[in-house]
Amino acid sequence: MRRSAVRDFVVGLFVLVGLSAIAYLSMNVGGWSLRRSGGLTLYAAFDQIGGLKVRAPVVISGVKVGQVDAIVLDKNFRARATLDLDPSLKIPSDTSASIVTAGLLGDRYISLELGGEETYLNSGDEITMTESAVLLERLIGKLIHNTDVKKAE
Amino acid sequence: MAEGSTDTDAPVVFDAVDMAFGERRVLRGLSCSFPRGRISVILGGSGSGKTTVLRLVGGLVRPQGGRIIVAGQEIGGLPESQMYAVRSKLGMMFQGGALLDSLTIFDNLAFPLREHTRLREAEIADEVHKQLAAVGLTDVDALLPGQLSGGMIKRAALARAIITKPEILLCDEPFSGLDPISVKRIEALLRRINRQLGITMLVSSHHIPSTMRMADQVVLLLGNTAVVGAPAELQQSRDATIRNFLNEEVDESLEAAAELATERQSGTWSHP
Amino acid sequence: MIGFVQDLGWMAVRFVDHLGKLAVFAAQIGRALLTPPPRVRPFIEEIFNLGVLSLVIICVSGLAVGMVLGLQGYNTLVRFGAEQSLGAVVGLSLIRELGPVLTALLATGRAGSATAAEIGTMVATEQLDGLRMMSVNPIHLVVTPKAVAMVCVMPLLSALFIVCGLGGGYFVGVKLMGLDGGTYVSSLQNAVDFHDDVVGSLLKALVFGVLVGLIATYRGYTSAPTSAGVSSATTSTVVVGSVSILIFDYFITALWGV
Repeated sequence: MRRSAVRDFVVGLFVLVGLSAIAYLSMNVGGWSLRRSGGLTLYAAFDQIGGLKVRAPVVISGVKVGQVDAIVLDKNFRARATLDLDPSLKIPSDTSASIVTAGLLGDRYISLELGGEETYLNSGDEITMTESAVLLERLIGKLIHNTDVKKAE
Repeated sequence: MAEGSTDTDAPVVFDAVDMAFGERRVLRGLSCSFPRGRISVILGGSGSGKTTVLRLVGGLVRPQGGRIIVAGQEIGGLPESQMYAVRSKLGMMFQGGALLDSLTIFDNLAFPLREHTRLREAEIADEVHKQLAAVGLTDVDALLPGQLSGGMIKRAALARAIITKPEILLCDEPFSGLDPISVKRIEALLRRINRQLGITMLVSSHHIPSTMRMADQVVLLLGNTAVVGAPAELQQSRDATIRNFLNEEVDESLEAAAELATERQSGTWSHP
Repeated sequence: MIGFVQDLGWMAVRFVDHLGKLAVFAAQIGRALLTPPPRVRPFIEEIFNLGVLSLVIICVSGLAVGMVLGLQGYNTLVRFGAEQSLGAVVGLSLIRELGPVLTALLATGRAGSATAAEIGTMVATEQLDGLRMMSVNPIHLVVTPKAVAMVCVMPLLSALFIVCGLGGGYFVGVKLMGLDGGTYVSSLQNAVDFHDDVVGSLLKALVFGVLVGLIATYRGYTSAPTSAGVSSATTSTVVVGSVSILIFDYFITALWGV
């Protein structure tokens, strides 16, 4: 019987160590958090989302406060993103959402600039002020066009 | 002395059973019954189908034709899940013992009791020690099967087979690979078990002297035919094939006995 | 020529036959899982045999692979001035591919072949028949705990392989090549996404565990009751298991969509 008690302990230890490895990879490395940080659902429509993907972070002042749950094309052919945010946040109704890039060539995410209104958005409301993603190739195209125009003058 | 008749009251009955492994026909229309509470020995040379008969009774292989009735139930086409209920009435002592090699002898004997009975551990320990004593094994509780000699393994296997008090005991070549002393020991054990517990026993063997001594009924498998009868009948048979078979093997064992006697006299013999 | 085509056809028929038998076998294991009593003791024994006893080979290999990745990664990235991303390169390679696949291959060789040999030997020594005669289903007592233990152990071993690999990469990149430790770690954390990478990795490990568990126990269970049969069961477990892992790796990678 003693032999099996030692064995059980070793097996338990092994499982514990293995699960901690999985937890480390999930949370420390993969960035998964146990807290369900969502709850406050807001919508924002953009003319151009660039490379914005589902599960992209939503950020206020550089701090992640939620993520993009879904992206659909609405009836005006604009891209409508569903944002799932921390329910403890108070988002003024004149807040604007813009799609920015992490670094020059990195992933897209949504950054919220809080407004000054006293009324706050509830779950299901729409963020009306949105700024679409800047596409790098358009920018370069504009630059070339401007340079040509300058040359022509 | 003819082909056995089928007495359907007997615990095990074979009715025109055909058995083949691929191309090789092993049993051809075997019909016999194995009487209750008696020792029946299935005798034959190597490859004659002795072990197959036992495996058929246990449902480990299925016949190509005929019926096999065990404890009143026909098992030829029975699905595996229903075989388990039939097997609860059987006990099998395998040629190599077939003890679970990762368990101690104690755990091996306790295994069927732990699986199928609700006995408490203390009661199980009692039963196990009783059976071990009955087969003459002492101080083997904590040993693994790999640490036992051939004879001891067979005795442990026998103890395991009868610990659940089966109606029918199947012994596959219980004398194979044993020295003459151990053969006598096992033979005595089997006869005692049969006497005391009244278990119906089916023993497969090619050891003629033991067979003649212990069998109430002999089923002799000779190639295509089977001959069923009491040992005395077979020994007095006028059939050439039967006499040849019995004599050939008897001569061998006589020679072995003579060799043993010579060794003992010259002092080169020592207790195994 | 005709003989060759016949042989090919025959091989295909046999392959499908084996696949069918494997499916039936898997169903029997599934049914055994739902049948009481739960074989907890054998299950724990198997976790020990398959998991704990594989720890050394998995961790040492993980460390070695991580170190090689660190070295190769650094040497290549430094040419593009991108050595800051070493953490990401080592991490993504390990988590997405090398962790689950190499762990599974190593486990097949060690644990898979041991399982096949053990069951095959039990067939050859009539132990499984002995169990049947005692009205115990050998699939319930012997096969199922082994197969289920393999499934449970694989993700754990894979995670340990990856962690050791990350450590190996850190050692080479930071201690040997002089990268900043913080850069390595933050590059790693930024690149690895829980859903896309870690979950996919664990899923692969689980699927591989099912594959190896099934193949090893099946080959052992159906082996010929001779020593040649046991040996053949062992080698075919390693061969079939390894190839299946690599093939399934492609399909999971494609379907998980990263």
